[in-house]
Amino acid sequence: MINEDAINDILRSQDNDDPEIDGSKRSFLWMGVGAIGAVYVGAIGYPVYKYLATPAERAASETAVNSATLDGADKLPVNSALMFKFGTKPAMLIRSADGNFVALNAVCTHLGCTVKYNPETVRIECACHGGVYDAKTGSNISGPPPKPLTKFNVEVQDGRVLVTRA
Amino acid sequence: MDASLLQEPRSRTSRAAAIYDWVDDRLDLTGLMAHAREKTVPEHKHAFWYYWGGISLFFFMVQVLSGILLLVYYRPGAEAYESVRQITYDIQFGWLVRSAHSWSANLMVFAVFVHMFSVFFMRAYRKPREFGWWSGLALLGMTMVFGFSGYLLPMDDLAYFATKVGLEIPASIPLVGTVITNLVRGGSEITSTTTQRFFALHVVILPLLYLPFLAFHVWLVQKHGNAMPPGEEAKPVEERRTIRFFPDFFAKDLGMWLLSLNVLAILASLYPWQLGPQADELASAPVGIHPEWYFMSQFQVLKVFGRWFPGAFGEYLGIVVFTLGLVIWALIPFIDAKGRNGKWAKAALYIGLIAVFGMLATTIWGYWDL
Repeated sequence: MINEDAINDILRSQDNDDPEIDGSKRSFLWMGVGAIGAVYVGAIGYPVYKYLATPAERAASETAVNSATLDGADKLPVNSALMFKFGTKPAMLIRSADGNFVALNAVCTHLGCTVKYNPETVRIECACHGGVYDAKTGSNISGPPPKPLTKFNVEVQDGRVLVTRA
Repeated sequence: MDASLLQEPRSRTSRAAAIYDWVDDRLDLTGLMAHAREKTVPEHKHAFWYYWGGISLFFFMVQVLSGILLLVYYRPGAEAYESVRQITYDIQFGWLVRSAHSWSANLMVFAVFVHMFSVFFMRAYRKPREFGWWSGLALLGMTMVFGFSGYLLPMDDLAYFATKVGLEIPASIPLVGTVITNLVRGGSEITSTTTQRFFALHVVILPLLYLPFLAFHVWLVQKHGNAMPPGEEAKPVEERRTIRFFPDFFAKDLGMWLLSLNVLAILASLYPWQLGPQADELASAPVGIHPEWYFMSQFQVLKVFGRWFPGAFGEYLGIVVFTLGLVIWALIPFIDAKGRNGKWAKAALYIGLIAVFGMLATTIWGYWDL
C-alpha cells in the first residue's frame, strides 16, 4: 500500500507550499507513486493483452505450417480447382487440361480477397477489384495486383497430393 | 485554433500551458477545478461509511471492463458451456478474467449492501435525499437481477439448478406468474434459449436501464453533498469539521479503490472461480445446492414458510412478507421524515435493526440448514 499520509502531504503541499516538504522530497515521492502505478498498469495490462492475443498467437503457430496433405486430390478432374487451407490461409490446387498440378496461394496480393479459378478463361480471377493471374505460374497478368500469387511445391502420391512450401 | 498556440519558439511547458488554455477556454476546466476545491465533505467518526458508495461504483466499473473482456469469447446458446470452458481452461488468463468478474460481482453486492445500510443508519434518506434512496433501491434491484442472470450464463450444473429454483419464485405469483416466468425463461424448461435471453438481459437490457439510474444517483450526491448523521447535524456549524473534496477526500477515495483492487486481485487469483460439470437436464441436483449468499436470506425465509405452512400457501405468505418488507423499506423517507418527532425516528431505527439482523440471521440459518 502507498502511504496515504505521504500522498496527502504531497497533494497539500502543492497549494500550501509547506516548507517542511522541499522539492526533491516531493519529486521523489511522485516518482515512487509513478513507479507503483506502472507496476499496476503492467500487472493488469499483461494478462489483458495475453487474453486478447491468444487467437492471434495460435494463428501465428499455425502459419508456421509447411505442408498440407490433400487426400484423394490426385483424382481431381482436369481443368478444375480444389480449395484447401494451407496453415490458416486459403490456397488452391489446380489441375490443368494437360493433367499437371499447380498449387498457389489463393489470397489476392492486392487487398486480400480469395481468388477463383475460371475454367473458361483458364485464368485465376479476383472478384473484388478485377485482378487476373496466370493459372500455371500465378503471375499477375492484369488489374491491380502488385505481385504474383505464391507458388507451392506439388508432389502427387498414390491416393493423395502433398503440397509444401517452395 | 488559438493563435498563441502557433507562436514560436516555445518551451514544452508553455506549450502544455497553451493547450490547457485552449481547452479551458472552451470547457472551463478552471471553473470545474475551483468547484471541486470548494466542495467539502463532512469529517466525523462515522465518515468511514462515506466510502462505500464509491467502492460499489469501483466494482461496477470492474464489472463493465471484465464483462467486455468475457464478451470477446463467450457464446450464448448451445455453445455456452463450451465457450466458458474455453475461457477458463484454454484462453491465456481467461480463468483470471472470469474469476475477477465473479468475485467483483460478489464484492459489488456486498459493498452495495454496506452502502445501503450505512445510508439508512445515517438517515441519509431524509429530505432532500429521498430520490437518492429510491434510485439506490432501483440500482440494488437491478444489481440482484444482474447477479441472477449472470449466474446462469456458464450453464454448469450449479447455474442450471440455481436458475431453475430461482424462477420458481416468480412462477408462484398467482394468475400471471407462470406466463411471465415462461416468457423470461423462453419456454417451460431452462434450455439454450434461456441462456440466449439471459445473455441479452445481462449485457444489453440491464446496462441500458442501470446506467441512467446510476448517473441520476451520482448526480444527486453531487447536488446534495454527503448527508451528515443526525448527531453531527445537531452540532453548531462552527463545531463541525469538514475536509475538502479535492484533493483530500478524492485522494482517500482513490486509496479505498486501490485497497478494493488489491482485495479483488488476491481473491480472484488465489481462489479462482470454479466451473462445474455441464448442465444435464436428466442429472439429479447436486447435494447441498444453494443460491448465492445474497439470495440466501430470501431462500431460507421461503423454505421455512414452506415448512411451517405446507403447500402453495407458505410460498404466498413468504412472498407477501417480503413484498411488505420492501414496501416499508422504500417508504422509510416518509415514515422517518425530517422534522417528525423522535417516536418515528426510533421506529425507523428498529426497522433498520430488524432488517440487518433479520437478514444476517436468516442467511446464517440458511447455511446451517443446508
